[in-house]
Amino acid sequence: MSSFLPPADRIWWKVPVGRQEIVWISIALVWCLIMFFMMPYWHVYGKQNLSSEAYQTNAEKFGASVETFVEKYQTRIDEQSGIPVVTPPAGSDIYMLGRLWQWYPILELEKDKTYRLHLGSMDWNHGFSLQPVNINLQVVPGYEMVIKITPDQAGEYTVVCNEFCGIGHHTMVGKIYVKEN
Amino acid sequence: MAKFRVCPDSGFYFDKSAESLMKVNAVAGAVFLLIAGILALGVILTRWQEVHLLPADLFYQVLTAHGINALIFWVIFFEIAILYFASSTLLRSRLAAPGWAWAGFALMIIGAVMNNVAVLQGNSSVMMTSYVPMQAAPHFYLGLILFAVGALIGCFVFLGTLVIAKDDQTYQGSVPLVTFGALTACIIAIFTIASGAIILFPTFLWSIGYINHIDAEMYRIIWWALGHSSQQINVAAHVSVWYLIIGILFNARPMSEKVSRFAFLLYIFFLQLASAHHILVDPGVSTEWKIFNTSYAMYLAVLASMIHGLTVPGAMEVAQRGKGYTKGLFEWLRKAPWGNPVFSGFFFALVIFGFIGGITGVVMGTEQINLIIHNTIYVPAHFHATVAVGTTLTFMALTYLLIPVLFRRALFLPWVAKMQPYVFAGGMTIMILFLLGAGTLGVSRRHWDMDFTGAALSFEYPGTAYMMMAVGGIGGVLGVLGGAMYLVVTVGSLLFGKKLEPSAGLFQSFGVPLAASAYNIDQPDQLQMAPKLAVEEHGSGGFEAPGTFVLALALLVCFVVYYAINWDYLASVWPMG
Amino acid sequence: MTEEIHIPKPERIPFFQRMLDNPFLLLFIGVAMPTVFYVLWGVMEVATIPIAK
Ligand code: HEM
Ligand SMILES: [Cu+2]
Ligand SMILES: [Cu+2]
Repeated sequence: MSSFLPPADRIWWKVPVGRQEIVWISIALVWCLIMFFMMPYWHVYGKQNLSSEAYQTNAEKFGASVETFVEKYQTRIDEQSGIPVVTPPAGSDIYMLGRLWQWYPILELEKDKTYRLHLGSMDWNHGFSLQPVNINLQVVPGYEMVIKITPDQAGEYTVVCNEFCGIGHHTMVGKIYVKEN
Repeated sequence: MAKFRVCPDSGFYFDKSAESLMKVNAVAGAVFLLIAGILALGVILTRWQEVHLLPADLFYQVLTAHGINALIFWVIFFEIAILYFASSTLLRSRLAAPGWAWAGFALMIIGAVMNNVAVLQGNSSVMMTSYVPMQAAPHFYLGLILFAVGALIGCFVFLGTLVIAKDDQTYQGSVPLVTFGALTACIIAIFTIASGAIILFPTFLWSIGYINHIDAEMYRIIWWALGHSSQQINVAAHVSVWYLIIGILFNARPMSEKVSRFAFLLYIFFLQLASAHHILVDPGVSTEWKIFNTSYAMYLAVLASMIHGLTVPGAMEVAQRGKGYTKGLFEWLRKAPWGNPVFSGFFFALVIFGFIGGITGVVMGTEQINLIIHNTIYVPAHFHATVAVGTTLTFMALTYLLIPVLFRRALFLPWVAKMQPYVFAGGMTIMILFLLGAGTLGVSRRHWDMDFTGAALSFEYPGTAYMMMAVGGIGGVLGVLGGAMYLVVTVGSLLFGKKLEPSAGLFQSFGVPLAASAYNIDQPDQLQMAPKLAVEEHGSGGFEAPGTFVLALALLVCFVVYYAINWDYLASVWPMG
Repeated sequence: MTEEIHIPKPERIPFFQRMLDNPFLLLFIGVAMPTVFYVLWGVMEVATIPIAK
């Protein structure tokens, strides 16, 4: 009743709080603090974190970096798609760009080696969604994002676009191959 | 000048102009819900891969319109009605500046129609987020801006009414808890709309060529101050409505005014920071910014929600125990009016919001865990638990209460109303749970074709993902059916429901007040403070609501387990840093 | 002859309750907090991202 009437006490702030609420608020607060400290904890002890390394760029600049990278390390052309397959040396800087509607190039990496992956978009927002691992990153035009990745299982991986990018969005599929070394 | 009428059933006083405004806003909301619901059918039947109803262009167009009509137009129109109710009606005050309120309403209608026209014309299928540099037609943005300005006027009318009520001393003491919750929603709305203006106005200028560049990342950050905060308006609004409903149905009083208001205060301070949930895997923003904001500064707004999660059912339990339902832990709940859609709707909304929406939201809003969830179909699944069940079903339940009280009509087809919350909550829960599963398997949101037809490279999701999308589809269709039942009851009641009061003719329900003779009160008596109750102790060991405490612990256990599972899942993916 | 009139002073309303009863103060806090911590801080970070070589 009084939930929609003015409080029964003029000075309701001083009405003592019941034991049940106090117990629950204490438990909940402890849980909230645990959840909060999990995040910094994982930055120190966990293995899956995002760096905040990024650069302002533009389509020409980023496109040129990617082209240089492709020319340097291209090993073949994927027959199905005509996209170059690039086999960079273990531990190097590697590049992938998103554009309507393609992830470019195809990467061939070595298992358990750490690479610096540069991601960027040539036009609109795209979503880098690595399957079936299920790692998802936002690729924003005008920015080059750098993440260290360490593929820890060999196999064929697919990059699906999971940010809506127009009518061909569902055809935007890329590949990363991870080889046993 | 007689202006107020009193509802003989509920005792609420209605200012004539406030009443009309509540009616038109609620009706307008329902119309946009109807549009959104029809579109939802197109969306869900396309995402159910074996049905795959719509072609790609139509799907994206329909999805854009579904999101905007449901999330923005339906919810905000209804919230404006709630703001007027919580100020004018609950405080027995005249509404401030009804002329402005009507102007605001007109702007909202014009804006909503304009935006829908833009999407319908076909070159504005940019999703509700309209991330630049993807461009929509200028009137897409202009419609949203006009709508926002109209809603902002509504917020100021609410604040103005609080001022008038205080000056005229229409009530004693502090404002009721429900009004305080509505104030929280209003404050969040003002921040939301201001952010919207800051980002959408330049975007509009860009769409007509006055500005040639808008930074894509700046856009995302500021847009989400609008996009996410608008969800926080909903949270504050539907929690207030929960307090209202338990007050009306059970004569419940807050377990502690101090605790509940303090929880709302935490919302005011921290809730809106969570806009950062959407920026967790974006380039360039620092870890500190992400952690501080995504956790609402140490999860203090989550603490607030956990408090309401205890005090809302707890207050109900105390009231029920006071009526003699004291057996065991749960007699108070078993003997609740499960056949009354006001109660069942409210209670399902509470449980699904807390257990599914709340837990998944906090989990995926964890900085690192977001990596395995961002932009998968898990995200829409989460917010259908919060906004499509939590908020929408709460508002549906409130509608069943308002039809007799505000519109003075008896419910049309009451047995349909009785079943409606079960169908809607049941269907949506199935959809939500299975889409959560599909998202965990990596299925994308906003994606027309999980077969990737026409792609130069191929990829196949596991069979389970297809199965989950299909079962989710069945649940979604049931949900749409539940939505249709709601609209049949509401529209039917307004048109054919038995009139409970001398009528003002055919259109009495759509904003036209009742017969003039009903408004025979100049100024209602001052609203008194709630009566003090003798202290009665029905629980045990200082625990007034032991059943609720057990439920709250159950929530906590689910929360902890699910949280741990997700860290474990995260730990299994490629190391990165 | 003076007469002292004693009106019992009502107890002062505590600070927190006065704050919660003041919608405009709350409005200020509710707008300032996210503007500073979310919007301004976030925009500053994006604005200071270094330019690619
Ligand atoms: C009535 C039954 C409903 C069904 C079956 C349904 C179904 C769906 C589905 C499957 C999606 C995701 C599509 C995708 O990302 O590919 C979606 C998106 C969405 N829905 Fe619903 N929905 C319903 C009701 C609602 C309600 C009541 C609301 C809000 C109050 C709502 C708000 C949204 C929003 C905001 C989106 C996101 C649009 C976007 O990604 O831009 N839905 N809906
Ligand atoms: Cu894309
Ligand atoms: Cu895409």
